[in-house]
Amino acid sequence: MAAVIPDPLDHHHHHAPSGLMRWLTTTNHKDIGTMYLIFSFVMFLSGGVMALTIRAELFQPGLQVVQPEFFNQLTTMHGLVMVFGAIMPAFVGFANWQIPLMIGASDMAFARMNNWSFWLLPPAAILLLGSFFVPGGATAAGWTLYAPLSVQMGMGMDFAIFAIHIMGLSSIMGAINIVVTILNMRAPGMAMMKMPLFCWTWLITAYLLIAVMPVLAGAVTMILTDRHFGTSFFNAAGGGDPVMYQHIFWFFGHPEVYIMILPAFGIVSQIIPAFARKPLFGYASMVYATASIAILSFVVWAHHMFATGMPAVGQLYFMYATMLIAVPTGVKVFNWVATMWRGSLSFEPPMLWATGFIFVFTIGGFTGLICAIAPIDIQIHDTYYVVAHFHYVLVAGSLFALFAGAYYWLPKWTGHMPSDRLGKLHFWCSLVFFNVTFFPMHFLGLAGMPRRIPDYALQFTDFNALATIGAFGFGLSQLIFLAVVVKCARGGKPAAAKPWDGAEGLEWTVPSPAPYHTFEEAPLVK
Amino acid sequence: MGLAARIAASTLLLVPAAAAQAQGAPARYNLQTPVTGLAEQIHDMHTLMLVICLVIFVGVFGVMFWAVIHHRRSRGAVAANFHENTTVEIAWTVIPVLILLGMAWPATKTVIAMKDTSEADLTIKATGYQWKWGYDYLQGEGEGIRLLSSLSTPREQIEGGAAKGENYLLEVDNPVVVPVGKKVRMLLTANDVIHSWWVPAFGVKQDAIPGFIRDGWFRADKEGVYRGNCAELCGRDHAFMPIEVHVVSAEKYAAWVAEHREKAAGAAADEAREWSMAELMTRGEQVFGTICAACHQANGKGLPPTFPPLDGSQVVLGDKAGQIDIVLHGRPNTAMAPFGGALSDADVAAVITYTRNSWGNHTGEAVQPAEVKAGRNKS
Ligand SMILES: [Cu+2]
Ligand SMILES: [Cu+2]
Repeated sequence: MAAVIPDPLDHHHHHAPSGLMRWLTTTNHKDIGTMYLIFSFVMFLSGGVMALTIRAELFQPGLQVVQPEFFNQLTTMHGLVMVFGAIMPAFVGFANWQIPLMIGASDMAFARMNNWSFWLLPPAAILLLGSFFVPGGATAAGWTLYAPLSVQMGMGMDFAIFAIHIMGLSSIMGAINIVVTILNMRAPGMAMMKMPLFCWTWLITAYLLIAVMPVLAGAVTMILTDRHFGTSFFNAAGGGDPVMYQHIFWFFGHPEVYIMILPAFGIVSQIIPAFARKPLFGYASMVYATASIAILSFVVWAHHMFATGMPAVGQLYFMYATMLIAVPTGVKVFNWVATMWRGSLSFEPPMLWATGFIFVFTIGGFTGLICAIAPIDIQIHDTYYVVAHFHYVLVAGSLFALFAGAYYWLPKWTGHMPSDRLGKLHFWCSLVFFNVTFFPMHFLGLAGMPRRIPDYALQFTDFNALATIGAFGFGLSQLIFLAVVVKCARGGKPAAAKPWDGAEGLEWTVPSPAPYHTFEEAPLVK
Repeated sequence: MGLAARIAASTLLLVPAAAAQAQGAPARYNLQTPVTGLAEQIHDMHTLMLVICLVIFVGVFGVMFWAVIHHRRSRGAVAANFHENTTVEIAWTVIPVLILLGMAWPATKTVIAMKDTSEADLTIKATGYQWKWGYDYLQGEGEGIRLLSSLSTPREQIEGGAAKGENYLLEVDNPVVVPVGKKVRMLLTANDVIHSWWVPAFGVKQDAIPGFIRDGWFRADKEGVYRGNCAELCGRDHAFMPIEVHVVSAEKYAAWVAEHREKAAGAAADEAREWSMAELMTRGEQVFGTICAACHQANGKGLPPTFPPLDGSQVVLGDKAGQIDIVLHGRPNTAMAPFGGALSDADVAAVITYTRNSWGNHTGEAVQPAEVKAGRNKS
């Protein structure tokens, strides 16, 4: 176990730098995890402000709040900020904090690269958000940046491309670190098939990241050279093909949705058994299901492109392959329900969020299956139905699981119990307002409202008004979470080493809050 | 689709929302009332899928909520310890596969039907422009008709200065007209960026891709006016390029074709003659307003950097032939699309004359349709 030998430098610098320098130079996985989580929450709030501006414009038909150019910038940046700034870094933050604690390692394998992975993100965020202020404003080509529209954009597009390059680099380094940590630094006795499920899902996610982030970087680089260096990758007049961009983008884009959901599955698989006080049902089948989802995710990308006019054989293949993903996803849901069955359940905030996750995420799973049917997809593609679908899996899926995980591990991170009352209030407000916002969007999409429009026909008025009210409620509810975290970090009821009686795993064997250095002596797992 | 249709019909009773949708009123909860066989198949398939998903959903969450209510620690529930069962795992893998096969079968038939664009009675090419649609009737009755179709909702309604009309944002100046009961093949392409031609009641949504031609088809069974939108984000006025299709009887269609032919003959005679400066300026202002002002702005100042100003522009103040070439053929890798296909010689001549003699531009030069014609022949 050579890799477990602590970095000697670490001891020199131990508690030495303080203030800003501590955070700039830290190689400690807990410090870095905290920074990731704070960064992602800040980005979550800025993406949220964009979403609320969008919803304010859509409250009524007509143009009231913003002009169409700026509206398109907002929808584009909302997507980019939430995907690359909020959800992905939040999961990396969880990985940093929890993976070493859960496998009994002293830190991440490449501690200094870990620092660099994080510190790449703030410059990328500044490039991305700063692009609002350059001539022509931010890119308005949609978060998918489809050519040739993205080739037409102003300077903001170049800012977005460089931001994506930097964030991609950060993700790849983070992923390599996670793979090496999990494969090499597990405590003696922790076989792969004894690993907590959160580690398994992150291991598989890390492989996905390494495989597809370079593909995205390639796609946006081709846009960059089409824009400035006279190439014609996506310009038919020069022998290129605009649809090729979509193929490359979605070869990244579909695995990307699993990058954002597999770690969420992992968090939920930790929490459900803890509060059912019963071991996870079908551990092995959960691992296999995760791996099958990951493998299938590489061969279904063109289900985002049914309206481009593929040959019938292509449409049929991508339809069948996509439908197949419902099988391992279903297995996961069945396993969670079987874990709860005949358990001894209690509903503290982490469990509330995890149960809410299963319920609402599954709605998104079903609409995903409906979208997979090519002829139906041709009707609902690029409508609000799709907007509803992916917010059910990304907000009710990824985000709810992140909240579940935060309430579950906050005692370990801060040494205090998060407020039970506020946590429950946060959950119920979020659940209700989430559905008020996004459920009517299914109706809007079916009835024919296209997405990415600042103004709409009159028959869509009342559901849009309702969605806007829900969105403001949902946005404000997130301030409750901020209050919970601040209160919990400042003080509160002290947390025991194992604050949840049904919880299992090495992270609960160290004191709360977790000391700065843990598992310098590797624990023995029986 | 017999079974699917029957199940679909019976669930209309189960889903009160769908039943509440009055005949003819705009759709609110469900897919729009289909008027083609394909849209009908899609509609029924969606209902069938919804029912299957609802049944599974109620089953799974019935179990979960039973556990949530009855297996609580606060009710004294003691946890069991089972955590593995291979038979159960195999069952809930195999059964979903069988259900999926049942779903895939009708969908496969519809995919194949949607792709069969052979033996069309009428072929129309639709071209997406930022931000309007152009239509060319390529084959069948009405062959040779061309029209440019842009939003006719007045700006004041959008900006809140006037009450919004019934078909707010879903109305155009020149709608597409097709005969009822005839198979219409749509060829789709675009001039600048990707657009998507979508009429929900027909079940047709096909991307219009610059430099490529894709196709789709419909056979409308009922006369009426059907409306749709551009469905692919295409820049600023993506929300403002609707599609309006009038499905009319064979006689009305023949009359429409004849009327159009007459107008076109008159226009062709008009093209060839020498135009006066005043005539060119009047026509030019009108063309500029509908075609160019969206990007270059009515005051000629443009929206830099994507849309450059024309007021004081080197191109506009420079050689006539150069400007004619750019308007006809566009500028690669910029937002300036070729307009040679959409505009007649007289339109191009007029709009160029207008830009060369408006705002701060005072060249005093008039461009004649003949010069545009020469510019077309050059390349
Ligand atoms: Cu996908
Ligand atoms: Cu368009």
